Amino acid sequence: MRFYEYEARKIVELAGVPVTKYGFCTSAEEARKVAEEIGGPVVIKSQVLTGGRMKAGGVKFADTPEEAAQHAEEILKLEINGHMPRGVLVDPKAEVKQEYYAGVVWDGTAKKPLMLFSDMGGIDIEEVAEKHPEHVGKGHVSNLLPVSDFEAKQVVAATGVTGSQLNRATPVLARLARLFRENDMTLAEINPLAELTDGSFVALDAHMEMEAEAVGRQKKLLRKELGIAEDDTRETYEPSDFEKNVGAIDAADHRGVIQGKDHGFTGNLGLVIGAGGGSLTLTDAVRNQGGQPANYSEIGGNPSVAKACGLAKEVLEKDGVEKIAVMMSIVSNTRVDIVARGVIKACLELGKDPGETIAIFRIPGAWEDEGFKILEKYGVEYCDRSVSMWEAAGRAVSKIQGAPA
Amino acid sequence: MSILLDKDTTFIVQGITGREAVNLTKECLDYGSKVVGGVTPGRKGREVHGVPVFDTVAQAVAHHGGPIDGSVVTVPPAFTKDAVLEAIENGIELIVVVTERIPRGDVAEMVELADMRGARIIGPNCLGLIVPEVCKMGGIGGPAKDAAKAYQPGRVGVMSRSGGMTTEISSSLTQAGLGVSTAVSIGGDAIIGSAYAELMPYFEADEQTEAIVIYTEPGGRMEAQLAEWVKDNNSRLPIVAFMAGKFMDDEEMKGMSFGHAGTIVEGVEDTATEKIARLEAAGIRVVERIDEIPDVVKEKLGATA
Amino acid sequence: MPEQLNKVFIDVEVEDSIRNDAAIAAKLEEVCPVDIYKDAGGAVEIVDSNVDECVLCRLCIEASPPGTVHVKKLYDGTELQ
Repeated sequence: MRFYEYEARKIVELAGVPVTKYGFCTSAEEARKVAEEIGGPVVIKSQVLTGGRMKAGGVKFADTPEEAAQHAEEILKLEINGHMPRGVLVDPKAEVKQEYYAGVVWDGTAKKPLMLFSDMGGIDIEEVAEKHPEHVGKGHVSNLLPVSDFEAKQVVAATGVTGSQLNRATPVLARLARLFRENDMTLAEINPLAELTDGSFVALDAHMEMEAEAVGRQKKLLRKELGIAEDDTRETYEPSDFEKNVGAIDAADHRGVIQGKDHGFTGNLGLVIGAGGGSLTLTDAVRNQGGQPANYSEIGGNPSVAKACGLAKEVLEKDGVEKIAVMMSIVSNTRVDIVARGVIKACLELGKDPGETIAIFRIPGAWEDEGFKILEKYGVEYCDRSVSMWEAAGRAVSKIQGAPA
Repeated sequence: MSILLDKDTTFIVQGITGREAVNLTKECLDYGSKVVGGVTPGRKGREVHGVPVFDTVAQAVAHHGGPIDGSVVTVPPAFTKDAVLEAIENGIELIVVVTERIPRGDVAEMVELADMRGARIIGPNCLGLIVPEVCKMGGIGGPAKDAAKAYQPGRVGVMSRSGGMTTEISSSLTQAGLGVSTAVSIGGDAIIGSAYAELMPYFEADEQTEAIVIYTEPGGRMEAQLAEWVKDNNSRLPIVAFMAGKFMDDEEMKGMSFGHAGTIVEGVEDTATEKIARLEAAGIRVVERIDEIPDVVKEKLGATA
Repeated sequence: MPEQLNKVFIDVEVEDSIRNDAAIAAKLEEVCPVDIYKDAGGAVEIVDSNVDECVLCRLCIEASPPGTVHVKKLYDGTELQ
């Protein structure tokens, strides 16, 4: 789950990292008031879940509250990379002496959180790591032991930072590592972490992402502290009707699991496929043989006839779908005969001939003999494990390409 | 021989009274595996297919009268970490975590404790492992007769991030007469207990294994880690890899995950294209089509013979 | 709303001799994993919309006197024994 900057700042503030006295506003009038309270030059920043807002004109400076209101008005209407802002953040224009970077990410190889620190802040850390590796400090923290300040200190010191800067930056990085662990983040970064002219350190911008699997147990932070609504899921794109309908069918029946996605798919061959790895393999196999999938899907966990039927119907009713291919890797839990019943029923209920509509049925495994009898009766072309997933996908592609457009 | 399991391996099932766990227990027993107990808190005294159920792992160990080798953990995500820690602290050294949707922090915590205690975790989000005709630990391959059809003893070690594809690939190796030495469904999450490179030393030491097949996906760095391992260790084993999910490299698919939680691409190095390049640079043959695997393995075995 | 078809693949029939047997009605409702049978106040009722969900488990046949419950596989014309 992604967070807006104003939420990410609140998260670091809750963890004890100093921030400037900022205000989140959803109208020009609010922005004026916040600017008045701040008193002095301010920055107005668009609150969008996408990068590149500076370039797009989503960040502007103002010397007076009137100017702040005017900028806020414009930025609130400015779409950036297809995203409308949720609001603007009004922040005092800081007198910065030096910019630093502090971050924590997962290291999947070491299976531990990795702290990162750089005395070259304000720019992309990957770029710094590549061009100036000596300016990036790194260090793992344990998943079991508490994060100690000295661990953060070592990382900061590795970049050559010393003096009061070392002593001010150390607790910031340590607190960031603690919040990363406690709040189930997959990314926690402060960039820039600014040293102001008075020597104090503040987080001028922060970027946080929380793991989807942990959203359920982070309710206190999400709902209470940040006031994020339950249905505010922050998907990377708006789900399509197909995706919503498949999701609803899945939720309505506990037997088995189905999933459907069609974001980025525009073809004519509907895919009723499974399971996780099988679906990835089959989608590639269709595309690499010149086929155009209309969607991606997953069947698993032994769904009911009704559920398999529901998925197949949704796929068949998508615009431009002419035929469906029903394919899976060898199944041991999901039953071949149950899926066969489901997909044939979908065709019949939509008034289509299963033999014409189902380009290929390739699901070997549990109850396959029973399934093949059903397919036989309806004239559906099927195959067992002696026909590879690649070949089955190829047969489906050649069938649909031979069909009249 | 085999890796991690043999004919004497004993294990328990934690969460044994759950619907899927009941099936899994029966499948393992039918296959000849030694399931010596089950744990579900509050259900002590029951039996599942003749296997005694206990409240704690300690009770199961005491009843068995000596150390138990392994545990299959299939409890809801919120309770998984505790169940795994309980197994580790009761001397269990091989833990298969079936549960999916466990937060990464919990997985990392149990893996770190396992490392400290000398235990090994397979999964989470996996189907377990199988040594054909010897032992099956987890739902891998399904009911005993289906597992027998897909898994025959042989020369190839299989590691796969997808449980279903472990069986698909093993079945093709069985059909081609190559057979399988040990097949491991390593799990589909971003952080797992045993990545390819961490299991390679076991296969390297197993005389029966003459080649390795891996099934991989976008997301994570475990293919890069394997490539490093191969370069550093001068492995005797030819490796054939298959990469699924190449379509995820498309611009429109950015930031999405398909199939498994671990397929989320978090950096440039995680893409299918980049992984294929890394594997090939280490001398690992990456096949384009899933059905090429048996022939390429035969070719590689011919070359080393 | 598209038409929903029932009993495309499976048909289930119970003999008159057990149709109003309260004990069997309760038993059938209990054993069927996909809710094909309903105990309608002591009488056996078939839930048409669930019949195609039949998993061929035979539990209903085993739970009733021999020859009183018929599970027919319409796709090959055979009856579950």
